[in-house]
Order: sequence, then C-alpha cells, then structure tokens
Amino acid sequence: MQSSPAQSAPEAQTDRGLRFFQRLSFEETLFGWMFIIPAVLGLLFFRLGPVFASFYLSLTKYEIITAPQWIGFANYTKLVKDALWLRSIEVTLWYVTLFVPLSLTFAYAVALLMSRNVRGITTYRTLWYLPSVVPVVASATIWRWGLNPEFGPINYPLKVLGLPAPRWLTDPDWIVPSIVFIGLWGLGNSVLIFLASLISVPRTYYEAAEVDGANSWARFRHVTLPLTSSIIFYQLIVTVINSFQVFGVAYILFVSNPSASSAGPNNAALFYVLYMFRNAFGYFRNGYASAMAWILFLVIMLLTAILFYSQRRWVYYETEGGGS
Amino acid sequence: MTAFRIRHNASRFLIHLTLAGGGALMLVPFFWLLSSSLKAPHEIFVFPPKWIPDPIRWANYLEVFEVVSVMRYAANTMTITFFSTLGVIVSSSMAAYSFARLRFKGRDIVFALILSTVMLPYVVTMIPVYILFTRLGWIGTFLPLIVPDWFGGPITIFLLRQFFRTIPLELEDAARIDGASRPRIFAQIILPLSRSALTVVLVLSLLHNWNDFLTPLIYLHKRDLFTLALGLNALQYFEGGLDWTHYVMALATLMVLPVVILYFLAQRAFVEGIVLTGLKG
Repeated sequence: MQSSPAQSAPEAQTDRGLRFFQRLSFEETLFGWMFIIPAVLGLLFFRLGPVFASFYLSLTKYEIITAPQWIGFANYTKLVKDALWLRSIEVTLWYVTLFVPLSLTFAYAVALLMSRNVRGITTYRTLWYLPSVVPVVASATIWRWGLNPEFGPINYPLKVLGLPAPRWLTDPDWIVPSIVFIGLWGLGNSVLIFLASLISVPRTYYEAAEVDGANSWARFRHVTLPLTSSIIFYQLIVTVINSFQVFGVAYILFVSNPSASSAGPNNAALFYVLYMFRNAFGYFRNGYASAMAWILFLVIMLLTAILFYSQRRWVYYETEGGGS
Repeated sequence: MTAFRIRHNASRFLIHLTLAGGGALMLVPFFWLLSSSLKAPHEIFVFPPKWIPDPIRWANYLEVFEVVSVMRYAANTMTITFFSTLGVIVSSSMAAYSFARLRFKGRDIVFALILSTVMLPYVVTMIPVYILFTRLGWIGTFLPLIVPDWFGGPITIFLLRQFFRTIPLELEDAARIDGASRPRIFAQIILPLSRSALTVVLVLSLLHNWNDFLTPLIYLHKRDLFTLALGLNALQYFEGGLDWTHYVMALATLMVLPVVILYFLAQRAFVEGIVLTGLKG
C-alpha cells in the first residue's frame, strides 16, 4: 500500500525558532482566527452545543409544537419501564456481541493473508473492498432478495446440500445474525486499515526473529500482533461505536417508514437507534428520544473509557509521545 | 530444502485460493443484483435461482425512468453532493491551513476540541440539530444537508492539516518575502500543492453524500425532494410492491454503478482516505 505523505512526514515545523517572521504575530492571529471561524462555529452549533442541548431536552417534555416543559428525570424513569426500550437494548447488545469480534477477527485474518502475498494484492484488495462502497439502501435491497429463503442464492446451495436453510429475515432468531452477515459483507474498510498497518511492520523485525529461531506462530505472536495492536485497538473502538448505532440496514429491511409500530417479527430488528428514531421522528417525543440518546452516549463513552484504560495492558506503542 | 519449498509453495497456493475464492464470493451479490435487474418479473421468483436471465430484459432500465422520477432523484442527489462537497473542502482546508501553519493563542486547544469530536456518536447530536433546522424553517429544503458541511468536518480538517504540515515552509517564506498575503499563500501555494490530499477529501465526500440515507430521511419528506437513496427505498415499499422488484433492482444497479466507477477511477484516493481517516461512513 502506498505510504501516505501525511503519515510519514517529519515534523515540518521543527525550525520554528529560526523563523524570522516572529514579529508578525498579530497578522497571524488575525488570519488564524479568520480561517477557523467556520470550523469553530460548526463545533459549537453542530457538535458540542447539541451534546449539551440534548441533555437539557432529555429533562423536558418536548413535542416540537409547544415549548419544552421541564420534567426532571421523568423521561429516564419512564424508559426503565418501557418494554420496547428494553427490547431494543437486548437486540443491540446481541448484535454488538456478535458483530464486533466476528468483524475484527475476520478482517484481520483477511488482511494478514493479503499482507503475505504482495503479488495480486491490488486485485484482492479491490475484490474485498468493493462491497464497502455500496450505498446502504442498495445493499439492503440486494440482501432482502439475496437472503430470501425460497428464491435467494444463499439458501440455494444449502438446500442442494441438504443443510438446514434458515429463514433469514423472517425468523426472529435469525434476524440479528442476518444483519451481522450483511455487515460482514461490507468489511473492506477494516481490511484496508489492518492491511496498511501489517505492511508497515518493518521486515527487519521478522528477519531478526527468524535468526532467533522463531517459527511462524511465534513471529506472529511476538512481532506482528504487538506491532499492530494500536490499530487493532483503534479499530475495536470504532467498530464498537458504530455497532451500537446500527440504523440504515435495519430500517430499510424492517421498518421503511418513520412511524411503523414494529420492527420485524417479535421486534427482533428493533435496534436502539431505530426505536429512538421512531420516538423522535415518528411520534415527535423529542425529550424522551433525547433521554435515549444520552443513555447511549454515556454507555459508548463509558465503554470507550474502559477500552482506553485497558489498552495499557495489551496495546504496544513503539515510541512515546509524538502525539497529534 | 525441497520439502520446505513444497510446503512453502503449498501455503502460498492456499493463501491465493482463499483470497481469490473469498473475493469471488464477495462479488456474487453484485452479480445477483445485475442479473435480477435484467429479469422479467416472473423470473425473479423462481427456484432454483436463475443466474442468467432469459430473455435479458434491458427494457427494465428504460421503464424504471417512467415508473419513478429517477432523473429528479438523481438531480437532487447531485445538487446536495455538489454543494456539500464544495463546502466541506472550502471550510475544512481553510481551518486546516490555520491549524497547520499559523501560530496564535488558543490554536491547539481549539484543534484538540475539534479532534475530540471525531468519534462523537451521531445519535446524541441528531435531535438538537433537527430542532435547530426546524426553528430556522429549513425542513423541506436541502439546506440541512448542505449547510453543516460549510462549517468544517473534524476528520477532513485533521487529514488536511497533517498533509499541509508536510509542505516545505521555505515555499511559504519565499512568498512572504515577495509580499504575498496569507489568503494568497493559501490559495496559490498550499492548495495547488495539496491536490492528492484534496482528492482524498473529494472522493470521501462524494461517496458519503451519494450513499447517505439517514440525513435525507430525517429532512426530506416530499417526493420531489427525494435523493436516490430515498427514492429507492420508496420504490421498494410504497410503489408497485413485489411486482416491481425488477425495477427496484435496476434502480439499485444504477445507484451502485457510479460509486463502483468512482472507485476504479480513484482507487488510490479511496485506499488512502480509508486508511488515513480509519472511520466508516
């Protein structure tokens, strides 16, 4: 893979002290702020601001037409008794539990194989990556029929071989696995990221290990894994955050309009964000939906914090410092 | 030694086999989509599944333009994509230049704050931003899909800043001595030297806007404002139903085709973009 200039660049500004334009700092300050004004406004109005606003809204009853009405933590206490909300947590956790380990292991394994084989790498990369560019609506459409138990191409070989052919999208027990399956089809992003980090492991490390008599497992265990652990860690966090927020595929396959009152048989596809979306944009219960959003936000933050804390034990960083 | 070679070759062969076989499996859904889009309606629902349609019904691709306003959807998608992409490039590159090259008080704090929102879950900002746009009376226009992009994207800013920092300072200093102002240096030195990074941003933004489903779903309710993504969803569920599955497949193919072409045209930018940002859309 091409090493990008941005990654391999030496710090271009080490000679700061030698620059002779120091005195023009007023001009730098002026243009400096001018150039970042849009980004700062974006930060305030579309990111940080809404985070706080949504917490405030979660403490109100707010249905767009009337002004928000302060009700304290009533939304939160109501949530705990909401069977559908609990169902959505169950569905989402089941999905996260399946998808995170499967996708990371699978993507890492594929990337590992690709990194062993420089010849043909571009073709393989293309084949494995291509599904990732497919729009979510199109991929849901493909799989809606692809996973059809009667006419679909997935069940056909299973039936021919006399294997059990699941009713993928209609059997409540198979719905979450089906969504996991569809997600795994779009694995290419993670494969690319893992591949880049695997290729960047210096060859000399492997040579040194070989001289020491390390077999291929030992080389993998003591060279490859530690040297790519920071990327594994990063991918783990990103995958966890994204898995909790599954929306598109499930919405298109099982809901298809904002106020639909069910999500698949037995609500087996009622993902967290789906239920939140229904409350916000189907029923216009914005306070209630904001409470849901904040709980999910806290859970994600907490998990990320735990992962960051745990990384000391298993993530290896080659150099200290040098952030940004 | 020969035994080692044989084992070595055998393992290489297995690797090739797995990668090629698995890769071919990844393509099966594309083939299935294309094949279904060329079938007559009754040929889709048959067992065993037919891989090669007989007869090949090209007419699906013409008729789908008559049954739904594909041109309208495509025009809407392109309008949104164009203005969003323009916005994200202009606003992010400006900010990135400032963060990369200009020194002023508070710069690093602001940058750290912006960077910290890269992984912010979209669920937590979705409702307040919707309310903001409702208050502004922008529901039912493309503005909610375009305007946020004119206020910089954290990932894009980060990516461009990293790139700008690799451009030699001497070029800038030489221009300063010749009396060029900051905006001129930015526009005439930094931007032209950053084509490759800007291509990455361009490609990622095109892909994101073309594929996005959630944002249009929240803000666009009228049929004549629909994007292709919404149009495809509507065609599946609200128009024609199962009898129109061949049209659904044709429209889905039409939607997939441009991104696949884009990938082949800008493979390098795609790969670099994904690796640098490391975030899924």
